[in-house]
Amino acid sequence: MADLIKLTAAEIADKIASGELTAVEVTEAHLARIEAVDEKVHAFLHIDREGALAQARAVDEKRARGEELGPLAGVPLALKDIFTTEGVPTTVGSKILEGWIPPYDATVTKKLKAADVVILGKTNMDEFAMGSSTENSAYGPTGNPWDLTKIPGGSGGGSSAALASFEAPLAIGTDTGGSIRQPAAVTGTVGVKPTYGGVSRYGMVAFSSSLDQGGPCARTVLDAALLHEVIAGHDPMDSTSIDAPVPPVVEAARNGSVEGMRVGVVKQFRGEGYQAGVLQRFDESVALMKELGAEIVELDCPSFDLALAAYYLIAPSECSSNLARFDAMRYGLRVGDDGTKSAEDVTALTREAGFGPEVKRRIMLGTYALSSGYYDAYYGSAQKVRTLITRDFEKAFEQVDVIVSPTTPTTAFPIGERADDPMAMYLADVCTLPVNLAGNAAMSLPCGLAPEDGLPVGLQIVAPAMKDDRLYKVGAAVEAAFTAKWGHPLLEEAPSL
Amino acid sequence: MTVTDLVSYEDALAAYDPVMGLEVHVELGTKTKMFCGCSTALGADANAQTCPTCLGLPGSLPVVNATGVESAIKIGLALNCTIADWCRFARKNYFYPDMPKNFQTSQYDEPIAFDGYLDVQLEDGEVFRVHIERAHMEEDTGKSTHVGGATGRIHGARHSLLDYNRAGIPLIEIVTKPIEGAGERAPEVAKAYVAELRELIKALGVSEARMEQGQMRCDVNLSLRPNGTEKFGTRSETKNVNSLRSVERAARFEIQRHAAVLSSGGKIVQETRHFHEEDGSTTPGRIKEEAEDYRYFPEPDLVPVAPSREWVEELRATLPELPRVRRNRLREEWGVSEHDMQSILNAGAVDLIVATVEAGADAAAARKWWMGELARRANEDGVELAALPITPVQVARVAELVAKGDLNDKLARQVIEGVLAGEGDPDTVVEKRGLKVVSDEGALGTAVDEAIAANAAIADKIRGGKVAAAGALVGAVMKATRGQADAARVRELILEKLGVEG
Amino acid sequence: MPGITREEVAHLARLARLELKDEELDHFATQLDDIIGAVARVSEVADQDVPPTSHPLPLTNVMRPDEVRPSLTPEQALSGAPAQEQQRFKVPQILGEE
Ligand SMILES: [Mg+2]
Ligand SMILES: [Zn+2]
Repeated sequence: MADLIKLTAAEIADKIASGELTAVEVTEAHLARIEAVDEKVHAFLHIDREGALAQARAVDEKRARGEELGPLAGVPLALKDIFTTEGVPTTVGSKILEGWIPPYDATVTKKLKAADVVILGKTNMDEFAMGSSTENSAYGPTGNPWDLTKIPGGSGGGSSAALASFEAPLAIGTDTGGSIRQPAAVTGTVGVKPTYGGVSRYGMVAFSSSLDQGGPCARTVLDAALLHEVIAGHDPMDSTSIDAPVPPVVEAARNGSVEGMRVGVVKQFRGEGYQAGVLQRFDESVALMKELGAEIVELDCPSFDLALAAYYLIAPSECSSNLARFDAMRYGLRVGDDGTKSAEDVTALTREAGFGPEVKRRIMLGTYALSSGYYDAYYGSAQKVRTLITRDFEKAFEQVDVIVSPTTPTTAFPIGERADDPMAMYLADVCTLPVNLAGNAAMSLPCGLAPEDGLPVGLQIVAPAMKDDRLYKVGAAVEAAFTAKWGHPLLEEAPSL
Repeated sequence: MTVTDLVSYEDALAAYDPVMGLEVHVELGTKTKMFCGCSTALGADANAQTCPTCLGLPGSLPVVNATGVESAIKIGLALNCTIADWCRFARKNYFYPDMPKNFQTSQYDEPIAFDGYLDVQLEDGEVFRVHIERAHMEEDTGKSTHVGGATGRIHGARHSLLDYNRAGIPLIEIVTKPIEGAGERAPEVAKAYVAELRELIKALGVSEARMEQGQMRCDVNLSLRPNGTEKFGTRSETKNVNSLRSVERAARFEIQRHAAVLSSGGKIVQETRHFHEEDGSTTPGRIKEEAEDYRYFPEPDLVPVAPSREWVEELRATLPELPRVRRNRLREEWGVSEHDMQSILNAGAVDLIVATVEAGADAAAARKWWMGELARRANEDGVELAALPITPVQVARVAELVAKGDLNDKLARQVIEGVLAGEGDPDTVVEKRGLKVVSDEGALGTAVDEAIAANAAIADKIRGGKVAAAGALVGAVMKATRGQADAARVRELILEKLGVEG
Repeated sequence: MPGITREEVAHLARLARLELKDEELDHFATQLDDIIGAVARVSEVADQDVPPTSHPLPLTNVMRPDEVRPSLTPEQALSGAPAQEQQRFKVPQILGEE
């Protein structure tokens, strides 16, 4: 059993397909692991034991009947609690949706079910995906399996912690400014933000519509690719979904190589605020790629310095509007309806009681930025910055095939350290959010432990839009070289829980 | 303010010049909503035509209805607008329980159609050009029922009940530029504009534009400026004026009210006002402490609409003859006056008469039935002419039976009554009610003989030369035949049998 | 850019329908002022002749045919309602437009 939970998704799928393991066996092993460790980790907000076992049994029956199985049939998965699941609670980490049971499945949920993936439950997250530590969850923080007093990243800390604690071999996250990649980086796992429009947003509760993107989380590059292929593709229910074939990510992950590739290093992604051990591991990664045959190119992307500012205007603006629907009228929490108060008052009381401080802060900020009189100076300028960042990326990709950087300036910080210092918290995403502003694809994968604290460091790889396969090609090569160098996957160095 | 505080209309116009702006919302007749696949059919159970998108459930997303865009372009073209080659939807943010997302997906500074005009014809035939600022796409809200207050009013209600079947139905909002120079005819222009717009929308086939069902709603913005000055005064916005007559009354009332305020040295407050059908007055809406700040921004869940020029030209080629042009053509074909044509238009009878003529009736007969008997019935029942349960084909058949002499007018009215009562088509009603004109000379002759025998005194008078007295005998025969005889023929027979020259 | 006052915070809270407590008003006034101070940097580009990007994808004309798709059942639609009556969402009295 202990070995079973350490298998990769690819291995599990193979063993189920060959009959060596049953899906029920695999599911039960993971449910047992969750039972054993999740009290400490708190990766899950809801465990769907019955649903998972039913799905697993269906896979086993399908196999018994000789029907063809999907590439990830029977593999357990932890789903971020931001995707709607018919009949299964969806809270988005917020009190305002406590107890809400959606009447419909997100497209990602549908695709997972159709691929016979076993959904174990819903994972913890910063409320409405706003945060970089999962401390903003209304249901309490998640611990980092490497050190439970440290943050697991955010907003998708539940998903990354579930992977790092071997509660699930696969997870789904969403990435608005880094919420897949930063948690992956600080937990020593792999996370991919696909090209904007690559994965349907239908049924993914919106934080910032023009930035949000769902994506795969896993412990290996190949597993991420297999999951990527399952959830990606055109969706007529999402107007911003790309109507083109999914890039050949699995093929790329199976054929990792950086030989002859031009790899860009952006000078704006280092300096003050970057932990020494993070920069050390990053520089080693660059050296490794050079050894593997890549050409390293220095890049200057001056507008990236404005990315954080632009992001913290655009994302709050869109969220102030997206979250207006939580008004106590049709679903979710209702506070103060004593028969005398107006709908208007009940809405304001409910939102006051139902939203946490970070959500309120961003709603206020966005309301401000969109107000008449401020719109041009703030929202309008932020959109111009967005154009400049996109142009910087375009220019960079004329010279290189991929860009690399540290995923995050520091390793996991202590729970509580930045909780009431929003600007310090926002800095955790300084390397990841330019990618969201431009809509490119990016991956984070482990590149070692920082010598000073022994915590994982993430390497970010960025590819042009619709070239997601390049992430996997480069990522697989780097992963293979590091694993060979370390003699084992990095996660094996994590303390047992 | 009560009605007694108003300045007389004549006095108001002697001192002030009205400037109007009209905003009309039209619900499109698409099969599905603007951003989701829910049906728009009328009469469904509450909340039976809703989905995650039009309920604003977390995670849901909009997708644009292609027919909605096509209809918007057609309306824009028919209003002589420029069609944007690139435009976007925007979010208009404000909280209201009938709006599931608490923002309306609308268009802001990039409407799909802009800078057009509509020529409207006034009662006396004068043509007035109303300039169009823009026509843009948006979505309707849900419907609330207020419980606990007086007669379903919002004030004093304990709570409200919401049905979101209407939420998300496509709307086109058509906004005029300030209408200047109409002077005392401003209310008439307002009414004629809305009437003409309604005809246009119907002719395009994009909506039935039934005002009484809320498919077309008008906001009347009005301000006054002292005669001879240029600068616009402060305007009031009278919301949801939902009949042609009300549009005219609301404009007239506001002219009188503004004049009263201004001439007593007062100031007009920019506010929304509500129109009251009962007495034609308007009253102020809720005063808001703060000006609305809708925080418009481009809708990030939708991508821009960029209608290709080929598509626009294709649509232009499908536009029907404009209603005013068509009306003038029909007026000549039917040989009626401007005034009569206006009445036909106001009664909503143009298309019905055309269809009746197409079904074989002559124009005079078609007009006579629709504008006479049927208009009276519609009026009595408080429904639109087109809503009466009788078709142009059926009216044409009645006219045909009259023309052939099988029915007289009186019988024809009974046939129509039968059709309206659901007894079947005209021939069935004739059959069932036994309503044929009695043309069997033998039977008629017997009836005449009997009438003469039963009214010997009258018959003597007639024989004595008092031909006018024949009417009484005709009446007796008609009564005996239950009205089914041709009265003219009965009269002939009576005079013949009594040996008198007619 | 001018500092953000407590009154402005209260105004924003009303627009955003948040019944903030007094201490929150003060706290947010300070924090929003900090954040706005930091993000106001974007106005460095305000004068530049650059088109705004509202969306990362250059897509246009994504539309669906006007075909009816199944709706939720009224039971499903109302399943999350805090209160309901007569198959409708029951909401507190609406102060409003009439
Ligand atoms: Mg409107
Ligand atoms: Zn719908």
